[in-house]
Amino acid sequence: MEHFRAHVLICAGTGCVSSGSKKVEAALREQLAKKGLDKEIKIVETGCHGFCEMGPLVIVYPEGVFYVRVKEEDVTDIVEDHLYKGRIVERLLYKEPVSLEKVPNYSDIPFYKKQMRMVLANCGHIDPEVIEEYIAVNGYQALGKALVEMKPEDVVDEVKKSGLRGRGGGGFPTGLKWGFTRSAVGEKKYVVCNADEGDPGAFMDRSVLEGDPHRIIEGMAICGYAIGADEGYIYVRAEYPLAIKRLKIAISQAEDMGLLGENIFGSGFNFKIKIKEGAGAFVCGEETALLASIEGRRGMPRPRPPFPAVSGLWGKPTNINNVETFANVPQIINNGADWYAAIGTERSKGTKVFALTGRINHTGLAEVPMGISMREIIYDIGGGIPNGKKFKAVQIGGPSGGCLPENMLNLAVDYDSLIEVGAMMGSGGLVVMDETTCMVDVAKFFLNFTQSESCGKCTPCREGTKRMLEILTRITDGEGKDGDIELLQDMAKDIKATALCGLGQTAPNPVLSTIRYFKHEYEAHIKEKRCPAGACSKLAGYTILDSCKGCSLCKKACPVEAISGTIKAKHQIDSEKCIKCGTCLAKCPFKAIVKG
Amino acid sequence: MEMVNITVDGQELQVQKNSTVLEAARIAGIKIPTLCYHPELRPEGNCRVCMVEVKGARTLVASCVYPVSEGMVVNTNTVGVREARKTVVELLLANHPQDCLSCQRNLNCELQTIAADLGVRKIRFEGEKKSYPLDNSNPSLVRDQSKCILCGRCVRACSERQGVNVYSFANRGFKTTVVPAFNQGLDKVACTYCGQCASVCPTGAIVVKDDTLSVWRELANPQKHVVVQTAPAVRVALGEALGLNLGEAVTGKMVAALRRLGFDKVFDTNFSADLTIMEEGAEFLHRLKNGGKLPMITSCSPGWVNFAELFYPDLLDHLSTAKSPQQMFGAIVKTYYAEKAGIDPANIVSVSVMPCTAKKGEAAREEMKSSGYKDVDFVITTTELAAMIKESGIDFASLAEEKYDDPMGIATGAGVIFGATGGVMEAALRTLSELVTGEELKDIEFHNVRGLNGVKEAEIELGDKTVKVAVAHTLLNARALMDKIRRGEADYHFIEIMACPGGCIGGAGQPINLSAGFRQKRIDAIYDCDTKSELRKSHKNPAICELYDTWLGKPLGEKSHHLLHTTYQPQKR
Amino acid sequence: MKTLEDLKRLREQVKSQTQLRYEAKTKIIIGMGTCGIAAGARDVMTSILAEISKRKLEDITVAQTGCIGMCEKEVLVDVVRPGEMRITYGNVTPEVVPRIIAEHVVNGCIVEELVVGKME
Repeated sequence: MEHFRAHVLICAGTGCVSSGSKKVEAALREQLAKKGLDKEIKIVETGCHGFCEMGPLVIVYPEGVFYVRVKEEDVTDIVEDHLYKGRIVERLLYKEPVSLEKVPNYSDIPFYKKQMRMVLANCGHIDPEVIEEYIAVNGYQALGKALVEMKPEDVVDEVKKSGLRGRGGGGFPTGLKWGFTRSAVGEKKYVVCNADEGDPGAFMDRSVLEGDPHRIIEGMAICGYAIGADEGYIYVRAEYPLAIKRLKIAISQAEDMGLLGENIFGSGFNFKIKIKEGAGAFVCGEETALLASIEGRRGMPRPRPPFPAVSGLWGKPTNINNVETFANVPQIINNGADWYAAIGTERSKGTKVFALTGRINHTGLAEVPMGISMREIIYDIGGGIPNGKKFKAVQIGGPSGGCLPENMLNLAVDYDSLIEVGAMMGSGGLVVMDETTCMVDVAKFFLNFTQSESCGKCTPCREGTKRMLEILTRITDGEGKDGDIELLQDMAKDIKATALCGLGQTAPNPVLSTIRYFKHEYEAHIKEKRCPAGACSKLAGYTILDSCKGCSLCKKACPVEAISGTIKAKHQIDSEKCIKCGTCLAKCPFKAIVKG
Repeated sequence: MEMVNITVDGQELQVQKNSTVLEAARIAGIKIPTLCYHPELRPEGNCRVCMVEVKGARTLVASCVYPVSEGMVVNTNTVGVREARKTVVELLLANHPQDCLSCQRNLNCELQTIAADLGVRKIRFEGEKKSYPLDNSNPSLVRDQSKCILCGRCVRACSERQGVNVYSFANRGFKTTVVPAFNQGLDKVACTYCGQCASVCPTGAIVVKDDTLSVWRELANPQKHVVVQTAPAVRVALGEALGLNLGEAVTGKMVAALRRLGFDKVFDTNFSADLTIMEEGAEFLHRLKNGGKLPMITSCSPGWVNFAELFYPDLLDHLSTAKSPQQMFGAIVKTYYAEKAGIDPANIVSVSVMPCTAKKGEAAREEMKSSGYKDVDFVITTTELAAMIKESGIDFASLAEEKYDDPMGIATGAGVIFGATGGVMEAALRTLSELVTGEELKDIEFHNVRGLNGVKEAEIELGDKTVKVAVAHTLLNARALMDKIRRGEADYHFIEIMACPGGCIGGAGQPINLSAGFRQKRIDAIYDCDTKSELRKSHKNPAICELYDTWLGKPLGEKSHHLLHTTYQPQKR
Repeated sequence: MKTLEDLKRLREQVKSQTQLRYEAKTKIIIGMGTCGIAAGARDVMTSILAEISKRKLEDITVAQTGCIGMCEKEVLVDVVRPGEMRITYGNVTPEVVPRIIAEHVVNGCIVEELVVGKME
């Protein structure tokens, strides 16, 4: 067997691929061959490392040197200097954003140091298209242990004891759900994996599917054994072609090895998995709409009870869980429920993968133990806010969630603490906002999303989100009326109480949350027709600061005579007359006029 | 039946385990307001009006779908519940045309009723309103999607009840709407025009086409001799739309009202129903004796005929070639009657009052011109007649009863039972029995083909032959029978199929009625008319006998063939 | 794969495929600065790899580094076994590689006459 003395891991997750990692790989292969190093250096395509802001990523083992933003042209230096001569290519190393200190080793980079990468353990470290690599890092051991050494009820109990809660957003205790499905009456049962990941900006599930697909297969198979199902479906959104490709390869390889199919590990347990592609509807991430979609019907939710655990896919008991939930299962079986329950908080066990997006230095994926503070996530791992701007708020939970302002940053992140403050864990998408973000606009953005994705079945969601959106649009257009805030709150209360499914029930959350913490912004829009963040274009106003010298150049330049003032005294702009042309700002020689 | 104990608004109840909260509340005398709920369709929980509070639930719940459970505590009347319901209705009204006063469903609209019942006084939302072009593409129904409240009843009726599946939800968000495939008009999709969608629609989104203007015009024309025929099912439902009781046959008043409206002659479709039995009975015996195509299936329901032409074009030769009573009437009135009365058929306007929307399309068929003119000029429904009566200020309730005109107003009980499911079969059997055996039938009531069961089967002795018959109503049941025939598993000889539930009494042209058991009450009234009739067998109708003896000749004879029989073509939609 | 034992066996077999990305037991570091390469470090590298392959050794990483410092003693090869001192061998040639591997790397006996430096 060849002994490879070095492994060069190139990230082939969707993010890095779009940044050109395939070209880097091709160049690397070519040059290694030319240099005669291809027999001793192995090139491995891995899944997503999570540090997407820095891609394309290349890691050289055994040293663990972490190269960032590698381009095709950089490959020559990597081959000549590092791989041939053993000298690290300094310029390609990661640099701390503030101190600009170089950090050569993967394990020392602060982005990774504070993380507890358990679900993401293999992402970026193994080739997802080679089942042997998954097996080499203990893959399928949990399935074997469950099938050979445990009874189905024991598996359910272990998951219950671990305290694992649904990672798709609902946070429902996973073991409890498995228990319900297990005790439901019926011979035929199904396991379904919800890989629809509809929240805008969320890509945790995608990375796991692309980087470690076998983990999901193993988790689903363990679930099937526990509840008595012999068939599983993975419902993947069609916008994830790479994930679908990797899953297909993984399923086929698992089948070839007898890890899927009949009589797995000689236990008599059969399990097969099919993939069903979504068709572009956010609402199909809702479990009953998802089941309808698999059945070939229009993706519209239905009232519950009965719950899918009792009557799901084709009327049979079905257990649906999110990708990340299934990804947690193998390690719980391998290491035990107590080990898992030791991580996290009282009521939220284990780790959570968050997608850091928005105004943050280190956009990417971070997996942290429950109970970590939001401040640590955003500053220690996320690297803080770029361009010297100030943190304003972080939106958690996507269109179903809420925002947290600066004074809540010390909040320990877990399911219940977030709900208490009007937010929601959701699937784990974090959108960081700075002072240039208008919070009313944020509410409008999310409501626009939920309105266009509403399936239209029930009145409060279909009509209610539209009317709320219209009100928010009026407000951001400067046509807000007194009473609009109260009307939004009343509507939100009624919509939350009457909507048929989670989409409608949580659609008002961004509105309620922004009103709760940023009411002054709403009031400024409505009463003063002013957008404090300066984001709403129709309200882009201008203000003269105290540094005004009273030269009157602006007054003379204003085409509608909206500026008043005497020479040598501070001038004023009449916002009613102002047509927002910006001429005054351009004319002022003292930078005394600002937008907003 | 297992029972559970629940509490509703403080009242302790014992209800069946499988009930919904809505049903349980009814037992306690609480009528939770609903909108998308329909007593004859599977509940969906779309509209979110029937919300109630259940202790321990995360949100309010829709009572029409929420199942009861032991120990459940329900509150149907809290402040929060009432506010929530009002908001929901307000939202619907905010996206609804405000033309109630001139809408076809004014005073008969469930959205109006719920808004009034809930006390909605203000609509707090102003914004975009949906607007769609009217679908006026076909002879029977008019669709106005701007008035649709997306209750989904039409989708359910067309799939659960009729098995035709014309409608489905399309698009998302504000643009969600309910349409036939690819948003085409009903004339372009496989729609049978049975109108059951209009029958369940709570608003004016799907209505029956209004042809009264044309009829008024003809009535006002002194040159025209306007005759009218009335279908059997009309007389047991007309009263409902004019303030009289359900289940009352208002035949005499109806005839009187028609005369007041200005019709020159008031005839009875029951007459041509008797005629249909003569022709169809003869046809059946002919097929039976000469190895003709069996089972033979009745053809008087045009919704059913459309269905057969659309979905079972390979089995069209099973259909009886006899026309429906409406069309036979039309052909005879412009030939036989014209001759007898000495009137130029060009001046005769033949109007029919029907419980049926598909009849409007039937009258417009190309081949229905055997008289040399359009056999039936205009078809109006029971509700349209009621509208005409109201419009003319006639005090219907106080009218004295009048009788139909001769000759085409003389009919038997066998003719009237055409209006109920099983009626055509029974009428045919009364005649067939006597034709075959030559003996007088003692027991003329065939109860085994009566009633609301979806498919009824019976074996009848016709002389020395045992004849197997089947009776089906709703197109869903028709489909099951036709699939059986296709598979070669049907050993029936004669089948009656009606498109509408309960037969013609449940037609879409009838007044909308949501009360329990209304179909049975109308059916009872029909059989009551039969029992009270002097003549109860079609072949004993003296006017029919005279028609044959003096003019037509024999059933299935050349004249009959030309005027009273028709052909069918596959429809490609 | 029929039984849990089969899985275990395969795992042992394929572990080496990924091992080197995780903490390994023994490290062999070859000085590959310009002086090292001039002195023939590449050949030493090749022979080390061949020896490891021949003996089917696992849990070993072979890394390069720049100039270690003692340029006149090139080719320099460091061997670090877990918990033990870092030993620097000098004047290493492909011929002595099998001895270093057999005696030090595998059995823990330092080849004293080739040592030029020791570090904690």
